[in-house]
Amino acid sequence: MKVAYERKRYWNEPTLTLWERSYLPEIVRGLAVTSGVFLRNMGRWITGRKGALTTYYPEEQRADFAPLNRGKHVLTQRPDGRPQCIACNMCATVCPAKVIEIEAGFDPEDVAHPKFPVRFEIDYSRCVFCGLCVEACPEDAIRMARDIPSLPSANRREMWLGLDELLTWNPQSDVAKPYPPGPTRRTP
Amino acid sequence: MTQDLVVALVFIVYAMGALITFGTLLTWVERKQAAVMSDRIGANRAYVRIPFTGVKLVWWGLFHGVADGIKMLLKENFTPQSYDRLAYAIAPWVVFTPVLLVFAVVPFGGTLEPARLVPALADWFGQRTYPMQIARLDAGLLIVFAFSGLTVIGAMLAGWSSANKFSLLGALRAGSQMISYELVMGLTVLGLVMTWGTVDLGAIVQRQSGTVLGALPAWGIFYQPLGALLFLTAAIAENKRIPFDLPEAESELIAGYYTEYTSMKMGLFMFAEFIEIAIIGALFTTLFLGGYNLPYMGDAGFAFPWGATVALPHAAVVVIQLVTFLVKVMMVCSFQILIRWSLPRFRYDQVLGFAWKFMLPVALANLTVTAVVLWSHLKGPM
Repeated sequence: MKVAYERKRYWNEPTLTLWERSYLPEIVRGLAVTSGVFLRNMGRWITGRKGALTTYYPEEQRADFAPLNRGKHVLTQRPDGRPQCIACNMCATVCPAKVIEIEAGFDPEDVAHPKFPVRFEIDYSRCVFCGLCVEACPEDAIRMARDIPSLPSANRREMWLGLDELLTWNPQSDVAKPYPPGPTRRTP
Repeated sequence: MTQDLVVALVFIVYAMGALITFGTLLTWVERKQAAVMSDRIGANRAYVRIPFTGVKLVWWGLFHGVADGIKMLLKENFTPQSYDRLAYAIAPWVVFTPVLLVFAVVPFGGTLEPARLVPALADWFGQRTYPMQIARLDAGLLIVFAFSGLTVIGAMLAGWSSANKFSLLGALRAGSQMISYELVMGLTVLGLVMTWGTVDLGAIVQRQSGTVLGALPAWGIFYQPLGALLFLTAAIAENKRIPFDLPEAESELIAGYYTEYTSMKMGLFMFAEFIEIAIIGALFTTLFLGGYNLPYMGDAGFAFPWGATVALPHAAVVVIQLVTFLVKVMMVCSFQILIRWSLPRFRYDQVLGFAWKFMLPVALANLTVTAVVLWSHLKGPM
């Protein structure tokens, strides 16, 4: 027995009214939407405002970074301005992208911290911003700021940051780490 | 005789310059308009640095067209192994050249009187007047259709000689689509031809210079609104742009009939497409938007329907007419880009079905109604 094919009907089958199926009014509606957006944005551009959601990179910093965004690395400093880093190489070891290079120096005068970094460099062309270096550091010497390191370049040799660029953070304003060294345990 | 030659040369240089400029500019307009329509910024990085200074001219990304052209010219000129060498080489030109030639019969301004424009040359030019149009041909509209029908040959040649199945599929689609829509386009324009009683584009524009019903400018779009709609649709389909870009549907056919083309050969196809946008704009302006006519403006100056008149010198009239034409063309081009970035692509059977089952009957109905009205009420063309 031959059974006529019957298409399966779905409960949420899209239905078009006659108005929508006649197509032309819907085209006009679509064109009205797009030209409306065009005129709105064009009006903004002409009156000197920004008619786009795009952020100019690298001229502009995005305003909607999360407060805890993991961006550019920061080396914390001792009160005298030297880096807190003791060149233990823990961050370089844990780094999955192997972007941290540290060259240690020895300072016999500083009895408490005889090791210090002579060179501390991060290759941002490979960094994945995972934050493991921050977690690994036993001295709280490396942190990550909210802002990203804007290093657009055609040359990957220019995407390295050294001690000079990483020591830009002023630790005096950091409430989480009081200086000069106060009570070791923070009161909750 | 020499005077005619000089004026003709000036017209040719102006028209070709305007067309090439439009083609280049439209690549930028298309990007920027699409960007503004979708809350983006668009191309804005290419710049020209003034030599020996640090001054970089960005100009809202206008130089991206130049950058594109240079990129096209400097790219490797790859050619497929097995192909019909001659057809492969001439196909881009067969597409590109007729598109430029169409503009020869389009009037881009009113009547030019060189003696009044440049008093220093008054003796040399005498009483000669020239309609601002490269070739004043009686068969204007027929020439337009003859030339625009040639581009399909280029598309077919490109698809066939590339020895690529995607190219061939694209060429077949291009052939069937362009032939179908050319028929519709011819039929829609026929209504207008019957209304004006001529196919001479210069005469058609002159008929549109007056007013109708007191205040409305006597533009073709007010006589043939349905014809205008069908003409624009068919013209966009003829130009193979979204929503009718089946011949090059990049999600199905890579790039259609110019898949195997590289560097400036491919650039010629693209450039032809952009110039054809301008040509469609020019034709639509000429046929339906009154060409170079500004409402209430004649060769002597403004004459408003409420009786006021403003006399204008000849130079001002010429400049206003040229600018009016360019502005109208730009508006139509912009509208085409708006359509291209708003509507989704048709399915292939829908494209042909749309042409033969919907547009053709509607065009025929439009033609019939026009003929009946002209016969019963006006006893002949207007």
